[in-house]
Amino acid sequence: MTVSPAPAEALLAEAQEPRRQRAPSGMSGARAHGLAAITAVYLLWSLVPVAVVVLFSFNAGRSRSTWQGFSLRWYTWDPDGSVINDESIRNALTHTVLLAVIATAITVPLGVLFALALDRWRGRLPAGANFLALITFVIPEIALAIGLLFMVTYLATPFGLGTTAQIVGLVTFQLAYPIVICRARLLTISAHYEEAARDLGATALGAVRRVILPMLFPAILVSAILVFADVLDNFVIVRYLSSDASTETTSMRIYQVARAAPTPALNAMATIILVVSTLVIVVGWLLYRRWSKRQGDSTDLISFTGNL
Amino acid sequence: MPDRTSRFIWPILGLPGMVWIALFFLVPLYVVFCVTFGTVDPIFRSPVPAWNPLEWQFEQVVVVWDRLVGPNNFYLPPVLRTLLYVVVAVVACMIIAFPVAYFTARYAGRHRALILALLVAPFWISYMMRMLAWINLLQPDGLVNSMITLWGIIPLEVNWLSGNPFTVVMGLIYGYVPYMLLPLFAALDRISPSLIEAGRDLGASGFGLFRRVILPMSVPGVVAGTLLIALPMMGDYFTSDMLSKSPNTSMIGNLINLSIATPGQSGQAGALLILVLLVLLAPMIWYTRSNAKAEVRS
Repeated sequence: MTVSPAPAEALLAEAQEPRRQRAPSGMSGARAHGLAAITAVYLLWSLVPVAVVVLFSFNAGRSRSTWQGFSLRWYTWDPDGSVINDESIRNALTHTVLLAVIATAITVPLGVLFALALDRWRGRLPAGANFLALITFVIPEIALAIGLLFMVTYLATPFGLGTTAQIVGLVTFQLAYPIVICRARLLTISAHYEEAARDLGATALGAVRRVILPMLFPAILVSAILVFADVLDNFVIVRYLSSDASTETTSMRIYQVARAAPTPALNAMATIILVVSTLVIVVGWLLYRRWSKRQGDSTDLISFTGNL
Repeated sequence: MPDRTSRFIWPILGLPGMVWIALFFLVPLYVVFCVTFGTVDPIFRSPVPAWNPLEWQFEQVVVVWDRLVGPNNFYLPPVLRTLLYVVVAVVACMIIAFPVAYFTARYAGRHRALILALLVAPFWISYMMRMLAWINLLQPDGLVNSMITLWGIIPLEVNWLSGNPFTVVMGLIYGYVPYMLLPLFAALDRISPSLIEAGRDLGASGFGLFRRVILPMSVPGVVAGTLLIALPMMGDYFTSDMLSKSPNTSMIGNLINLSIATPGQSGQAGALLILVLLVLLAPMIWYTRSNAKAEVRS
């Protein structure tokens, strides 16, 4: 499932504006309280079910609805198949992280270079390519997945389904993130910087490497985090392009066994992936804050979540 | 003075991305057409793609069309159901997202960053985990049934998870509402407080202010949010699979997914997919264009 960069982009713009003074609320306090209540209920509805999944991964019994005491058995050693004992869960976890690392490592450089090119290269060809990149974003994921599945099965047969096909699919689907986010950032970087670098004797490539890329760093960081977190959660593409049990990811595993009386080990697996993506986001935020502080930009959570 | 390298540097930087998109986006889409408009091997029941557009045959389209509007139209109910589910879910998402986004944009005060972080949290929680959460809660002996029966006092056990359309639509709303919230928040947040004050100074009261200032200004966010959730819902099969697993709630995505899994039906899957893409083509292009324009303006 994909987060569109469109709202992210809008929020990016809003985050870069100086913070506006909010006018004191002229509306009746009752109305604001009503809205606050709705928001609180929404947040509870949105997050409590997930918290319950996490909670029951620590259940001492087999049930996923009756609390039988705290235990780490579904994470550690358990004859019924804990995360460590169940090979399919272990394998799903490592394969998911592997896909996320490789897909991010390919998507981000590819997208950043493309964004840099689109920023300066005018013409029909780049405009068309940009349009296609944006279409990959709104096209239902199933279309891209089936297209690649057919291509691998009927055209590029030696290519084969499995890890490589999954990575190709993921990169294609994620490519728009770094493109859109970096382009939004490039629009705020004035061409004067590059011209100044050129005047000081830098080559075109040198100006990109030593002036533009460092200024682009937050956008690159944010797109890397987004791509990584999104690949961890991908389901449609990785499922259609998988080959056998060894290329099963955690979302596929959940889809496979969620309705077949699974043990809390499944909750434990889902929790581990949640922890991984949370860690990546927190580390990303710390990096972002450090960078912004050095640059004297705003360092608050909003400008980061805005970028997300 | 632009030297030789600077003229070629941009196309060279852009080349890998362009090649990638051509190879792994355009070619696969073309293959879908070739498989759909190809033939089926009579013995092995495997599709024989027609690579040359001049040799394209439209048997599969006729088959699918027949199942949609012919006498044995068993494709029609899932298609109509998809439209119904998507409309209900989109409207519900608007109703839920509007007050939340409005509150966050205007009244959240010092809690703004925290609330915003909680609103985007579902983006990094796997969709499958979020569906698993509801499977856990809605099991026959799950928390929801425990609560509505007051822990067994009232004999009312609702069967949520097999073919219950309410559960599937709720799942869609739950799954997609964050994608409606963010663009809506962005649009509402752009409304300058001075504009609202001006409206108030000119005599607009609470509701008039909402109807004549806030609502019109939120339209871009509502439109973006609607497209962002409606387009993927059209291809969604996993929400129904996870929360219902019954043909009573199957959507277009389920038809496509089942055809893919059935030998000899790749052509039907392709034809259905092309049908969906044709319907979605206009909104997809419109959305992409309006985004590109917004980029130029900013």
